[in-house]
Amino acid sequence: MGAFLETLIGGLMTGMLYSLVALGFVLIYKASGVFNFAQGAMVLFAALAMARLSAWIPRGLGIDSKLAGNLLGFFGAALLMIAVAWLIERLCLSKLVNQEGITLLMATLGVSYFLDGAGQMVFGSDIYKIDLGMPKDPIFLFEKVFQGGILVNEEDLYAALIAAALVAVLALFFQKTSTGRALRAVADDHQAAQSIGIPLNRIWVIVWSVAGIVALVAGMIWGSKLGVQFSLSLIALKALPVVILGGLTSVPGAIIGGLLIGVGEKLSEIYIGPKLGGGIEIWFAYVMALVFLLVRPQGLFGEKIIDRV
Amino acid sequence: MSAPGRKIGGVVLDVQNISLRFGGVKALTDISFNVREHEIRAIIGPNGAGKSSMLNCINGVYQPQEGSIALRGQTFKHMNSRQVAEMGVARTFQNLALFKGMSVVDNIMTGRNLKMKSNIFQQAIRWGAAQREEDQHRAFVEHIIDFLEIQPYRKTAVGKMPYGLQKRVDLGRALAMEPQVLLLDEPMAGMNVEEKQDMSRFILDVNDEFGTTIVLIEHDMGVVMDISDRVVVLDYGKKIGDGTPHEVRNNADVISAYLGTSH
Repeated sequence: MGAFLETLIGGLMTGMLYSLVALGFVLIYKASGVFNFAQGAMVLFAALAMARLSAWIPRGLGIDSKLAGNLLGFFGAALLMIAVAWLIERLCLSKLVNQEGITLLMATLGVSYFLDGAGQMVFGSDIYKIDLGMPKDPIFLFEKVFQGGILVNEEDLYAALIAAALVAVLALFFQKTSTGRALRAVADDHQAAQSIGIPLNRIWVIVWSVAGIVALVAGMIWGSKLGVQFSLSLIALKALPVVILGGLTSVPGAIIGGLLIGVGEKLSEIYIGPKLGGGIEIWFAYVMALVFLLVRPQGLFGEKIIDRV
Repeated sequence: MSAPGRKIGGVVLDVQNISLRFGGVKALTDISFNVREHEIRAIIGPNGAGKSSMLNCINGVYQPQEGSIALRGQTFKHMNSRQVAEMGVARTFQNLALFKGMSVVDNIMTGRNLKMKSNIFQQAIRWGAAQREEDQHRAFVEHIIDFLEIQPYRKTAVGKMPYGLQKRVDLGRALAMEPQVLLLDEPMAGMNVEEKQDMSRFILDVNDEFGTTIVLIEHDMGVVMDISDRVVVLDYGKKIGDGTPHEVRNNADVISAYLGTSH
């Protein structure tokens, strides 16, 4: 039982991070109907920016504090992501309004390569570290209940808490502010939103900025775990099955889908893995997504696809 | 049937020689008419006559190739719907375009969007001014909800409401903009007789209470003749009649367009 819970909790924590990346996809898809292939590149770009800025800014200002450095780096990177969002809207999306989905997808593919290249050009292509000063030591919980307790990685625990806090803030922003209401309105019906004077361009900049900041948080957490390197942009590939599972149009879907995949991956590795010779964690998510595509193509929470004939 | 005490004023909306083509198809040819302040102006015509195209030109969804549209003497060309909304023109949709996942209150609140002054950061922390502003707009929205008699549905997701009531929410969202000119695209399409009567009453009340100038499209002649002050009749993208309901009803071209003629 102890081992099961341990795996479960480990899975939930990894899942929370998948959710973060998936959330970026869902936000942009809902508001603008664009499947943003560049989400992974945004994660890498944001992480690179944070890693470098948290070193450069304090050095420039002569501050010697890890916390201040990280905070400055974070806000610097956040501002940069907002600038990136604005540029993407101005230079790319606003020229492609009302184009086919596939055209927009190709455009974001271009954006993705551009960000990969620009990130490495500006920030360098070495492997950088983001040191959030989070404790790396494992801790034991419920030692009285289970023999040996449950081993939890403290770093993962903080990461999951940060992710959960971000999701909560986003939920409040969407539900309780008038800008959030305008965002939901645009997600539901572009034309009607325009007719009541909601400026689509501004909404898109806001959505891409929010997705950029979500990418930054995801990049910061993954980066502090694995180091900031090119493979970070491949995390987006892990989020694809999450999006299929949860539904491209559902924010709760992205979160629950991420948790399901995180847990499924870890549990299958432990319980089915030995029988199949291991390595399940790599492909499990995709097989799960495939099954969902066959049974419920709109995902767990997606809008049911009804075609009028 | 115009309400007592309601004064029809000068020209608010002036449509001059509008022509709209989609490729080789002529949707509208040389249409001119005007709308006076506080007036209920109907655009009628058989299916495919170009009524919706006309409304979409006024609303900035389509840009006509020729002609001009002026609102209170200000000519606008190449404007999108958002800019037209900023000039005080609101609209409803023939095929409901409500925000289905949102509640009635939220849907109508979106109509207050242009009136909101607080910025995104003030809203985020719900700082004094932003909170007060939200409350004021909420009070206005409640007034509209009372007016349209949809109080019990306040918190219901609009997608789950009956069709006739959804049409009212659509009207409410447009009213929340406090428009000078209100464009109604087939407000009674798909309604039964009772719902049509309710809607007619709301349209007359809006016109009477708020003094809103209304341009409405219908292909059902009966209802329109009862509530409008003046009627434009379109057929195959051309204007074939313009005048009071009585004049239009006796216009030979209009009769033939609606009933067909023996040639």
